[in-house]
Amino acid sequence: MHKTTYDDLQETIYSKVLNNGLHVALLPRPEMSKVHCLFTTNYGSIDQHFIPLNKQDFIEVPHGVAHFLEHKMFEKEDGDVFADFGKQGASANAYTSFTKTAYLFSATNHIHNNVETLLDFVQEPYFTDETVEKEKGIIAQEIKMYDDDSEWQSFSGSIKSMYSKHPVNIDIAGTVQSITDITKEDLYTCYKTFYHPENMLFFMTGNFEPEEMMHFIEENQHSKSFPKAEKISRAYPDEPAEVHEKTKFIHMPVAVPKSVVGIKYIPVGNSPNQFVKQDVLQSMCLDYICSKNGPFYEELYNEEYIDNSFSYSATLEKNFGFSMISTNTHHPERFATKMKDCLMQVRTMEMGEETFETMKKKLIGEMVRNMNSLEYVANQYTHYHFLGIDFLTVHQIIEELTLEDLHLFVKRWIQEEHLATNIVCPK
Amino acid sequence: MSEAMETKSLNDLTVHLLPTKKFKTIQVVLKFRASLDEETITKRALLPYILRKGSTKYPSEKELQTKLDQLYGAVLSMDGAKKGNHHILSIRLEIPNEKYIPSASNTLTEGLELLNEIVFHPLLQDEGFNEEIFTREKNSLRNRIEAMIDDKMAYANLRLIDEMCAHEKYRLRVHGNEEHLQQVDRFELYTYYKNMLQNNLCDLYVVGDISSAELMKDIENIFPPIHTKTESLQTETEETVEIEVKEVIEQQDVQQAKLHIGYRTHCTYKDDAYFALQVFNGLFGGFPNSKLFMNVREKHSLAYYAASRLESLKGLLIIVSGIDGSDYKKARTIIEDQLLAMQNGDFTDEMMNETKEMIINQFLESLDNPTGMVEMNYHQVLGESSWPLDSFSEHIQQVTKEEVMNVANNIQEDTVYLLTSGGEGHA
Repeated sequence: MHKTTYDDLQETIYSKVLNNGLHVALLPRPEMSKVHCLFTTNYGSIDQHFIPLNKQDFIEVPHGVAHFLEHKMFEKEDGDVFADFGKQGASANAYTSFTKTAYLFSATNHIHNNVETLLDFVQEPYFTDETVEKEKGIIAQEIKMYDDDSEWQSFSGSIKSMYSKHPVNIDIAGTVQSITDITKEDLYTCYKTFYHPENMLFFMTGNFEPEEMMHFIEENQHSKSFPKAEKISRAYPDEPAEVHEKTKFIHMPVAVPKSVVGIKYIPVGNSPNQFVKQDVLQSMCLDYICSKNGPFYEELYNEEYIDNSFSYSATLEKNFGFSMISTNTHHPERFATKMKDCLMQVRTMEMGEETFETMKKKLIGEMVRNMNSLEYVANQYTHYHFLGIDFLTVHQIIEELTLEDLHLFVKRWIQEEHLATNIVCPK
Repeated sequence: MSEAMETKSLNDLTVHLLPTKKFKTIQVVLKFRASLDEETITKRALLPYILRKGSTKYPSEKELQTKLDQLYGAVLSMDGAKKGNHHILSIRLEIPNEKYIPSASNTLTEGLELLNEIVFHPLLQDEGFNEEIFTREKNSLRNRIEAMIDDKMAYANLRLIDEMCAHEKYRLRVHGNEEHLQQVDRFELYTYYKNMLQNNLCDLYVVGDISSAELMKDIENIFPPIHTKTESLQTETEETVEIEVKEVIEQQDVQQAKLHIGYRTHCTYKDDAYFALQVFNGLFGGFPNSKLFMNVREKHSLAYYAASRLESLKGLLIIVSGIDGSDYKKARTIIEDQLLAMQNGDFTDEMMNETKEMIINQFLESLDNPTGMVEMNYHQVLGESSWPLDSFSEHIQQVTKEEVMNVANNIQEDTVYLLTSGGEGHA
């Protein structure tokens, strides 16, 4: 077992790769009452074109399988896993993202039982034709709920306007139509390929004793057998650098229109270090551009192009990335034009050393602040782990960035053809 | 729980210090409390928008944000909330604890000074708030009120309360109303604000890894002596008892119908039966293994979500569900049957024990978060509880089946609200 201590954050991580390939990382926070566990497979909605375990040829599965599989994992021959967690005083949940499927619980009691339940239910699939059919009704309701959610429509519409080929442009849950095609066999195929321990991470943080817990997890894993792991071949289409549609409208009944300017960015280079630099620079630059003391906010606000809903989000993964600057506004087109103008100005802006130091300070402070949340730490550690990066060292990478790194990144990041506008408004 | 909570009155400001090593930040919260009142609610809704925009020393949002950035990305937030018959205006500042940032010093004292500056030295222009900010922020709040209809779940909740509490103060919407907003001027608003500072009950919370003695001195030095002529607060429940269940069906262009039902529990936070009510709610609809979820969603696949929650200071139980409009009658019957089942004691001791564990788990978890810790402690003050917070778990454990059945039998269905796209409850 490796023990890594991070002096500045005053934290220690205990980690180990078990014989079956499962990576386990434990971050004790003994002051807390609870424990938060996240068991994640490096498999998400974009992984729909791959070679199944022990096969030679690529296959394509229906849209929404990863999410459907996540739902079905909770159902077992003898009942529902939620009930098992409930009996042990835990609250359990799961989520599917573009690149990951994660199962989690948090609890303040019966920790060993809950850890065992989490490991066992994710490693023992049980799918039948009947239960698969029944789930279609529930997921159809979930999809319909998103149809009415203008926030979600704005988010997913923006991705669709940026990406033409890459499956990130498909909704994670699929469509009411696509999920009707899903079969029990599809679920087993995806399960066997992607839920191998070697493709997964078990992360735990909170109030527990690390040595003893590692031993407990190891015992549980040794009692199970898995087929030999193979390297998973996944295929993604070639995605052009430019956006798919420069301007896109979605008509739905909203009282206040929503306008988004998206920046498409596919990272360059292969090393984790190159990746993480682009990742933090993307966040830092967006924060600077959108900040209340940044170069544009005051004008945007006073001209009523934006209101208090003005915000940004940034995503960067191995083969895709995007940022969104969004607001509710009665002037959606004028906001978009203005915002794109501002972004193009940033390309040629000379940022001083002092501004850059404040940007760093703010991002590091934000990381420290977010570490209050065990959920945040679990999610971030997992996210960076699958990209080959240790999350608890990211703040050091921020410290090491130079002004030159920043200027180089901005020129590559902001380009006219990377920008797309998405507007949600009534007909 | 915090190591040693300390409460001290500084004139009429009640200071609550919650020292704990759980968090990597220090959170400081000021709370102003008044009775819900139609005449003041819109003003109280507008105040956070204006105070957040600047003060005498930091006359623009830009300057204020720069100060926050210097405090390592400290976060300032303000909001109004409805708690029973009270309105609470909260001003929160969260600062990364300098123990985790080697280059930082004096951040807490500076943070307290900043909070004092924002609350007690707002940006003025001849005996009123600054005109430009005032005009702009009136628009922001108007947009916020206007956009409420776009979040269907929140909108349905609001509409249910409108209908159910039509003759009670609790009907007042926390964002105020557009008519009053139109009428208010910046002089009148400032007059009200001065009045609020003089007459509202005021509490200050500080949570984090703090040293109490030193901090108390800082607070005494920084904040002005607060002398309030405390208004008499209306705490008695005023409720109208309806004999017949009111049914309201509203039509809008929605994909998924929202069925929300309001019940009167005739039991609030300070009542002895409160713990039994908590257990009731857990069994009925508070968790994923509750009756509502298991029957409406799992057994009949009628909904993506179906849950219940308590408004414990007001004595309401609210059910929320997202269904297909054509299933309205069926879903309503199933929901009403679940209450009957609860009243008849159709739940096992085992289910009850599990639910108790989940409630305790949820309670402890909420104390693993600084905002949760402040809110739970403040709830104790608002709810006039006679038991210490750390006895919560014990009280829950002692609840008997008979007590749960008793509270269930006191629960009365009041209003059924359906938001749907078709006529006659058909989607």
